[in-house]
Amino acid sequence: MSEEKKREKILDVKDLDITFKTTAGDVHAIRGVNIDLFQGETVAIVGESGSGKSVTMRAAMGILAKNAVVNSGQIIYRYRDNKGGIDYNPDNDETAQWKEADILKMDKKWIRKHINGRRIAMVFQDPMTSLDPTMTIGKQIMEGMLWHYKIDKKDAFKRSVELLKEVGIEDAEKRMKQYPHQLSGGMRQRVVIAIALSCNPDLLICDEPTTALDVNIQAKILELIKKVQKERDIAVIYITHDLGVVAKVADYVNVMYAGKIVEVGNINEIFYDPRHPYTWGLLSAMPDLGTDDDRLYTIPGSPPNLLHEKEGDAFAPRNAYALEIDDKLEPPMFKITETHSAATWLLDERAPKVEMPPELKARIERMKKEAEANVS
Amino acid sequence: MKKYVLKRVVTAIFTLLAITLILFILMQLMPGSPFNDEKLNESQKAALYAKYGLDKPIVIQFFHYVINMFKGDLGVSYKISKNTPITQLIASRLPISIGVGFAAVMIGAVVGLLLGLLAAFKRDTVWDTLATIISVIGVSVPSYVFALALSYQFGFKLGWFPMLFSAKDVVGSSVLPSVSLSMFTMASIARFTRAEMIEVLGSDYMLLAESKGLSGNKLVFSHALRNALIPIITVLAPLVVDLMTGSLVVEKIFSIPGVGSLLVNAIQSNDYNVVIALSFIYSAMYIGIMLVVDILYGIIDPRIRVAKEGD
Repeated sequence: MSEEKKREKILDVKDLDITFKTTAGDVHAIRGVNIDLFQGETVAIVGESGSGKSVTMRAAMGILAKNAVVNSGQIIYRYRDNKGGIDYNPDNDETAQWKEADILKMDKKWIRKHINGRRIAMVFQDPMTSLDPTMTIGKQIMEGMLWHYKIDKKDAFKRSVELLKEVGIEDAEKRMKQYPHQLSGGMRQRVVIAIALSCNPDLLICDEPTTALDVNIQAKILELIKKVQKERDIAVIYITHDLGVVAKVADYVNVMYAGKIVEVGNINEIFYDPRHPYTWGLLSAMPDLGTDDDRLYTIPGSPPNLLHEKEGDAFAPRNAYALEIDDKLEPPMFKITETHSAATWLLDERAPKVEMPPELKARIERMKKEAEANVS
Repeated sequence: MKKYVLKRVVTAIFTLLAITLILFILMQLMPGSPFNDEKLNESQKAALYAKYGLDKPIVIQFFHYVINMFKGDLGVSYKISKNTPITQLIASRLPISIGVGFAAVMIGAVVGLLLGLLAAFKRDTVWDTLATIISVIGVSVPSYVFALALSYQFGFKLGWFPMLFSAKDVVGSSVLPSVSLSMFTMASIARFTRAEMIEVLGSDYMLLAESKGLSGNKLVFSHALRNALIPIITVLAPLVVDLMTGSLVVEKIFSIPGVGSLLVNAIQSNDYNVVIALSFIYSAMYIGIMLVVDILYGIIDPRIRVAKEGD
């Protein structure tokens, strides 16, 4: 990315609010989510299981479950028309015009044709189950290209072999004819990435792409995603609960709790200057090899059941720093810098001055020093 | 794969031999004899026993039978149709039974599949409930009850189909028996299809396929159906066997001159050879179907195919 190039916003999630109708009652899973994403950049959405990370992204892809009801909000996707088939790159076309579409308002057919696979592609959590067990790898990669671009089979085969090589699979031609069970977990995830890249998307959504893999492979897969992102200048959204992954890949971080974004900032702001007590908890809960302390911190309690909404801040019951107002009124987003905001009453001017826990402060100091040492 | 098939065929032959031996022993244990006629005195009976070789030890009888069987001779009937070779007796009846049975399997499989798919795609709607009710009835009500009900309603009251089998109208008079026989198969397949399909539709790979932007039809035909239907092949074989046993009574009700009614008569009159021959044929058909299903499964499911190529 060159410096003078204008940052183009490609995804703008505004006040998204989603309820799931279940037999037990309505689950208010997404309660006003805002996310911005610019071309070529990486945003991480961090949160515990059930905080609504995946649901938000499925909404952006228009593949929400049938029992989901969108109460309000917009998901504005900005794109340029494809005027030249599978190899067309609008960045090289001066006449390409930016267009906007609210994905929540478009019909399923339009989304399938213009968005799914073609402009937004997804990498799923568990490569052991996300490939069709009865279809060859090759067919699964070619499927999208043949469907979206109607290219001929030979061409699709050649492109798929190229893609497999690009994602680091050896013997690509042999692999094309194999079935998923003949590949290891790491290789399968590479195949899933190849499938995602097959139609040259602008945006890659990675839903916990390394959670199901062992640590060695994790790092390799993250590097691979970084590499293709750089080469293809695509935007990536990571959905994860692993701050270690976030630190390695993200430009911006959204911390999500109980269906809301509670803190957003760039990577330095979140890691070095966190403001929300939940973010403090998440950072403190990261395993740390740099101390003599053997204990691993956990945030007390468990995420709320969104079947029963409570008044005020959803995090208050687990928050050691909760104020009285937290039980009555939900905190708004307080702006700290142009890019950094957090939803906690602690940032209100009337609130008592509360500092992050000293252990965390010491740890952040250590992280900063390590980072500086790595740079020099 | 070849090695695997050969192994299975050899196992099947030994299984059939074991079944024949057990049938022999069971026949001996049955009370009565084919010659329980008050008019016959003891010496006449003994002469008949000697004539058919029934006085010899069971092991000798067994070996004789097996040797003859390999020559294509299943012995003669003692009672039902005196001294007629059983092969001849069966030859005229087996096609009728197979015809009715095959029609029943086809009706059951096709209707069951459609019903199951409907229930899965329209999950938790009226259609789903309706399909569930139909399958519960189909599974729990025995086929002869359907046979009687159908023959009363559509044969007697409405007169759409003949109540009894007739050689002049084979197709028309096969409808009611085939439908009554198919109910259990239909219901079982419907339930199984629904469960399999719902599992497949909720799987991660369907979500991935959906995220590629494929249309609904393409999703169903290239990803969902194949994965959902492979396991269904395995339940088809045991269902065919249930259907065979069902045919015993249903053939009797519609007086179909098939092997089912023949077997019932043979058991009632202690016609040993006929019972053994027919039970043997039923067993052979069952083992044959299981074998075909296993091989078919290997061909269709790549996970098994590849594993077998490995050995």
